Amino acid sequence: MPKASNVSNNPQLNANGELQHLLSTEGLPREILLQILDAAESFAGVTEREVKKVPLMRGKSVFNLFFEASTRTRTTFEIAAKRLSADVINLNVSVSSQTKGESLLDTVANLSAMQADVFVVRHASSGAPYLIARHVKPHEHVINAGDGRHAHPTQGLLDLYTIRHYKKDFTRLTVAIVGDVLHSRVARSLIHGLTTLGVPEVRVIGPQTLIPAGVEALGVRVFHDMRAGLKGCDVVVMLRLQNERMNGPLLPSAQEFFRNYGLTAEKLSLARRDAIVMHPGPMNRGVEIDSPVADGPHSVILPQVTFGIAVRMAVMSIVAGNS
Amino acid sequence: MKLLIKGGRVVDPGSGRDEVADVFVADGKIASGKGKADQTLDAKGLVVAPGLIDLAARLREPGHGYKATLDTEMDAAVAGGVTSVACPPDTAPPLDEPGLVDMLRRRAKALSRARVYPVGALTVKLAGERLTEMSVLAHAGCVAFSQANVPITDTQVLWRALQYAATFGFPIWLRAEDKWLSREGVAHDGEVSTRLGLAGIPAFTETIALATMLQLARSTGARVHFCRLSTAAAVDMIRAAKKEKLPVTCDVGIQYVHLSEMDLGYYDSHCRLDPPLRSQRDREALAAGLADGTIDCAVSDHTPVDEDQKQLPFAEAEPGATGLELLLPLVLKWGAARKLPLAKTLARVTSDPARILGVQSGRIEPGAPADLVLFDPAQAWRVEAAALKSEGKNTPFLGYELAGCVRATIVAGRVVYERA
Amino acid sequence: MTSKLPDAEALLPKLAAELKARVTPTSAMIGLHTGGAWVAERLHPLLGLKDPLGLMDIAFYRDDYAKEGLKHDPKKTRIPFEVEGRDLLLVDDVLYTGRTVRAAMNELFDYGRPRSIALVVLADRGGRQLPIAAQYAGAQVEVPAGKRLRLKRAANGKLTLELEEVERA
Repeated sequence: MPKASNVSNNPQLNANGELQHLLSTEGLPREILLQILDAAESFAGVTEREVKKVPLMRGKSVFNLFFEASTRTRTTFEIAAKRLSADVINLNVSVSSQTKGESLLDTVANLSAMQADVFVVRHASSGAPYLIARHVKPHEHVINAGDGRHAHPTQGLLDLYTIRHYKKDFTRLTVAIVGDVLHSRVARSLIHGLTTLGVPEVRVIGPQTLIPAGVEALGVRVFHDMRAGLKGCDVVVMLRLQNERMNGPLLPSAQEFFRNYGLTAEKLSLARRDAIVMHPGPMNRGVEIDSPVADGPHSVILPQVTFGIAVRMAVMSIVAGNS
Repeated sequence: MKLLIKGGRVVDPGSGRDEVADVFVADGKIASGKGKADQTLDAKGLVVAPGLIDLAARLREPGHGYKATLDTEMDAAVAGGVTSVACPPDTAPPLDEPGLVDMLRRRAKALSRARVYPVGALTVKLAGERLTEMSVLAHAGCVAFSQANVPITDTQVLWRALQYAATFGFPIWLRAEDKWLSREGVAHDGEVSTRLGLAGIPAFTETIALATMLQLARSTGARVHFCRLSTAAAVDMIRAAKKEKLPVTCDVGIQYVHLSEMDLGYYDSHCRLDPPLRSQRDREALAAGLADGTIDCAVSDHTPVDEDQKQLPFAEAEPGATGLELLLPLVLKWGAARKLPLAKTLARVTSDPARILGVQSGRIEPGAPADLVLFDPAQAWRVEAAALKSEGKNTPFLGYELAGCVRATIVAGRVVYERA
Repeated sequence: MTSKLPDAEALLPKLAAELKARVTPTSAMIGLHTGGAWVAERLHPLLGLKDPLGLMDIAFYRDDYAKEGLKHDPKKTRIPFEVEGRDLLLVDDVLYTGRTVRAAMNELFDYGRPRSIALVVLADRGGRQLPIAAQYAGAQVEVPAGKRLRLKRAANGKLTLELEEVERA
């Protein structure tokens, strides 16, 4: 019984199987993930020299469409776009303009009329970028900068890039993701990337209240005991705990969370001696991670930020070149 | 007015009758014997069945005029072969006053298409605090009382409402849902909601409330009909309750025996439904429960939603699907998949809901109201906006080819719809 | 007319001899990926240059991004010396339209301001679309219509010039 299916066609790929939108790391073929990581390496070289620009996207317009406020992510996308010589327009579509009645699709249609090439979209509702991608013109490209708790693919990619930079071979690693997995788009994007690239053991660590139902189906092992979960890990990724999650039915307090799930040197010593510590930022020192670890020799948190610019340059230049 | 329906395959689910025969209608009723007919309908190659009885269809009046009107939705009903509709009380304002009920019945009667049976609000404004004047509302024409999709959170109020209704023998129709557990959720809590990053509604949201309601039904003796079962566990609980001979009945939305959480795909907001589409295991249990009679009947749960309210991110989209015109083909598809005889398939949308409503329609025998549908079970049609008469074009079945095409619908002996 | 193609291996010592006569203390060499890098890797050790060989990929400076996108997986550009004030020897395998060299020069100037740039190519096939010329060319080669001139490197490192069919676009 034929159905006008929206499941079989991957909305991220064009008819030639090339990346036209980046919406999620899930469903991206291995070759495309690697293409992005390899291109990012070249762009990393650009960010290290005096003239940090290349003329690749000159004349192209990148519209940052942030329905959910974020200075950090928006800034890195802006830097990445400018280093590609693209024109950048920032639109902080605050909640109030939404309540003025303009629908999401109307906003996009209006911007489309202004000759956008790339929309970088952050939205509080999971799936919003998919809705947008279904409605943009063929030459317009959507990059998901974070939708609800669903995906943050550029963060997932820069995390993969970071891991590859320090550990080289994905196929021998044990990776642990610690904290509020339930609400984390960063965790979901990283998990999909790790499993696609063949990481044999991916663990999530957190209290039952912060681990989503059926998460094993994503290919992870669940640990509630952090010490058990960190044993033998090569990579430890600490997730940010948002203020609104504490002091409620999910968690009693930040202090109690830190006691059980905060990363200290003592807990980290259970991981491998050359383990690296990552965090998508911004960090809550004393909640997810204590300062000695955050600033210590295992931490690669600052390099993550630099890699983030190269990765976003790679993503933008790849999608914008595929029609 | 005498009507002869000639040479069709007459299927009467109540008696199990399935044979090629003529049906004669006089004075709005099925008649025995014959006489000179004023009008003859050639039903060769068609099935002649009782008109469908749909226990849940939102006609969007009063209020909600921008979504649909009684006019368009009555057109949709008879185009779908539905001759009787029970509508939930969640209109705007809710059906908690006799004047509103009266107006609705008059409007429906004047349109002279399907019969409309209003279900009254159980509490004032559906707010779950004060009981409505059930006797007065029953007198105005309400066949039962319900909270639609607005659960009562104060169990004391729920208990007293059931007690009060039991006093007069009024049936209560309830959706089993624990409002606290479901309040943030938009999709079934499981693998798909985790993958899509959607807030989940666990299955026990239904079973916890159902356990409470069954216990209250047991102690009050109220006649309760449970609406829109969505979990395998709930089907088991109803089966046990019926074994215990509790006077309970239940229904399932016809979409739920066909679709599951897997159909959400890339956030298809046409699959944003209340209750949510659940796991494939749940779907299978619902389909089996409808077959073995644990679930008494299937409904369309017809809910027209403006397309603007669907072209939104999944969590923000308004839940609901249009369905009056899909009830027949979808129940036929379910029956065919389970290899049931046609009479048994059609029972779930004719004689069984008739029994729950307590009406005389839903059967083909002399003296019964002449509410009939003539349809071609083999003719397929494509579900698309242009093919639907309802204002609501929001259905997860858009693009599907379904078999089961209504050719004519008769209410009280009058042909109210004929396919061009 | 493939018998008319010059022997790539024979061209290398000829080029090296010409260059050796011209290098100065401020000279440095950069090879363009991929063919130019192969040629430069063979020439560099023969010239006694002070700095290690630089390698450059022009993927981010091409003029056909709008049509082709970022198709060619970019290799890394590594220039292990200061470009400022240097006499650069830019090495490529085949000189044709001149667009690759234009892109390479744009990229070089984003690294700094060289004192001079001389272009060294193994084969010049004519067909220039821009005002670009090679100061040192191993050979002039005529390429028949519908064919492309390519440098190939065997597993043992041997370089050969070959003709390929151009795919219909």
